[in-house]
Amino acid sequence: MSILLDDKTRVIVQGITGSEGQFHSKQMIEYGTNVVGGVTPGKGGQTCNDVPVFNTVQEAVKEVQPDATVIFVPPLFAADAIMEAADAGVKLVVCISEGIPTLDMVKVWTFLKDKNSRLVGPNCPGIISPGKAKMGIMPGFIHKQGKVGVLSRSGTLTYEAVDQLTREGLGQSTCIGLGGDPITGTRFIDGLKLFKDDPQTEGVVLIGEIGGSDEEIAAEYIKKEFNKPVVGFIAGRTAPPGKRMGHAGAIIAGGKGTADAKIETLRNAGVTVVDSPADIGSTMKKLLG
Amino acid sequence: MKIHEYQAKALFRSYNIPVPEGRNVKTPEEAADVAAELSKRVVVKAQIHAGGRGKGGGIKLASTPEEAKENAQKIIGMNLITHQTGPEGKEVHSVLIEEALDVKDELYLGMVVDRQRSCVTVIASTEGGMEIEKVASETPEKIVTVPVDPAVGMQAYMARKVAYSLQLPKELIRACTKLIANMYKLFTEKDASLAEVNPLVVTNDGRLLAADAKINFDDNAVPKHPEIAELRDISEEEPTEVEASRYSLSYVKLDGNVGCMVNGAGLAMATMDIIQLHGGMPANFLDVGGGASPERVENAFRILLSDKNVKAVLINIFGGIVRCDRVANGVVSAAKKLDIKVPIVVRLSGTNSELGGEILEKSGLKFSVAATLKEAAEMAVKAAVST
Repeated sequence: MSILLDDKTRVIVQGITGSEGQFHSKQMIEYGTNVVGGVTPGKGGQTCNDVPVFNTVQEAVKEVQPDATVIFVPPLFAADAIMEAADAGVKLVVCISEGIPTLDMVKVWTFLKDKNSRLVGPNCPGIISPGKAKMGIMPGFIHKQGKVGVLSRSGTLTYEAVDQLTREGLGQSTCIGLGGDPITGTRFIDGLKLFKDDPQTEGVVLIGEIGGSDEEIAAEYIKKEFNKPVVGFIAGRTAPPGKRMGHAGAIIAGGKGTADAKIETLRNAGVTVVDSPADIGSTMKKLLG
Repeated sequence: MKIHEYQAKALFRSYNIPVPEGRNVKTPEEAADVAAELSKRVVVKAQIHAGGRGKGGGIKLASTPEEAKENAQKIIGMNLITHQTGPEGKEVHSVLIEEALDVKDELYLGMVVDRQRSCVTVIASTEGGMEIEKVASETPEKIVTVPVDPAVGMQAYMARKVAYSLQLPKELIRACTKLIANMYKLFTEKDASLAEVNPLVVTNDGRLLAADAKINFDDNAVPKHPEIAELRDISEEEPTEVEASRYSLSYVKLDGNVGCMVNGAGLAMATMDIIQLHGGMPANFLDVGGGASPERVENAFRILLSDKNVKAVLINIFGGIVRCDRVANGVVSAAKKLDIKVPIVVRLSGTNSELGGEILEKSGLKFSVAATLKEAAEMAVKAAVST
């Protein structure tokens, strides 16, 4: 069944005429995503990759009725783009942009509270339902349709895990890139709730990293309510405290958010956490058979 | 981005947050001048981007301008080692000469973005002058947390809640609520990620002041605030990390001997982890990012190898949009140009990974091409030991 995204989902691309937007929307279309339009203020009326471009999301909603939007907008303007999409009523907003100021996201979070939109990201590779559609920058060819859900705060580490799964013959139902920022729209627990109700998903791979407490919150949910097998890997065991490791959200602050603490909490909740990132695929294979 | 105490206090002043009178100076003579101007006991405080300065000998009282000069002489230029600087310490380039306060009470006041609540949170405690993490673990009931709803910002009642929790004398409540409101204004207007006053001091002569000030800024937002960007002190940062940022490379120096070059922060951390798992020690975190162009790769190599501890390099690239044959060509040309002597283990995955592997093998240089991540880690660790 996959979650959030399939080949019927009508997708628009905010920032479509920029270099990232143009390149990736073409890739998305080639993968099979139902891209119905794009938004770039000032370029309304043009065409890009054979789809119509609009000046505002509201115009796009009126003309092409999108279910979802993927945002390729420079970071200092991206929070605005997210809010515009939510305000226009687009139900799923995926934001790829890296570098959005944290206090901008604080505003966005509050803004989204009374809207009907789900935000995924920012600073994420996007969402892919293999064999159906992708909204984002992940390479389609490493994915295979199947029964493992993937939730990850990372980009290329996710591809590494997906590649392992595919090689083991285990395809993926949907892969959600949650993003590397401290404040994100969708966190592990949200993804798990969606996978719980998806009959296509029989197991979940959870890829976390240092910083914050999303993994711990997920662990509590898994303990109480999630019965499908979960394989986890937490990156950053060797990360020094107080340093931002690439991702804005990957930082051990005040002694909290260490990889070891997350690993222990997840294991106590019944998650099979692997010590080596090379063992993700093979371990899921063992659990699912 | 971090700044010095004296810069944080200047910002506080500009937002009407009371701080002790004083000035930052670079010479012992100036230190004496300021002490004379203030004509009272002063405190001489080393300015470095780290805490624990007192215990390390970086903070001294002075009763006369002459004493201030002597203390400044000792501290300016000293290599100050504290529990936060690491064993190598930090060189002190200036000292803040401030009026010494007649302290009655030391409190704690901080602001930080709460990731779970997704809002700014005020943290306050009557236990100032000590590490707040210690208070949090030993006497958590002495910490008050007040989240600020971003829809309305800091409201008077929120500031009062904090002020009354600090058990201040009645006549300082209003000053405290104003201080908190101004600190929140500074935090949100300048995109801070942390603001900390430890200690917030109540003096015997009835004043409320920020005796220390620490402000960290959100790196993502610094481009929006050129006046904040100007406050950056590059000499406080690790030189290789500074150079890396010039090339848009994300780099963190560590202590080990296996250098890493990876595309993607999560994969880079995972690569460091797997090196340790196989008995080695990562020398660094390095994310070459989405581009991985030959230029980027060359710069990455140069930065990696400027660390003399590096005895082997592990390159782990997962090519999605990035093509592995392009990366391989970049690696080969960099290795030739820089005349690299240490063994290089490469693991390429994804787009054109086989072609990339062939390019490396045919280059005539000392590359070892690994098929799996496990193999790559094992080979790199072994190579580092035998070099």
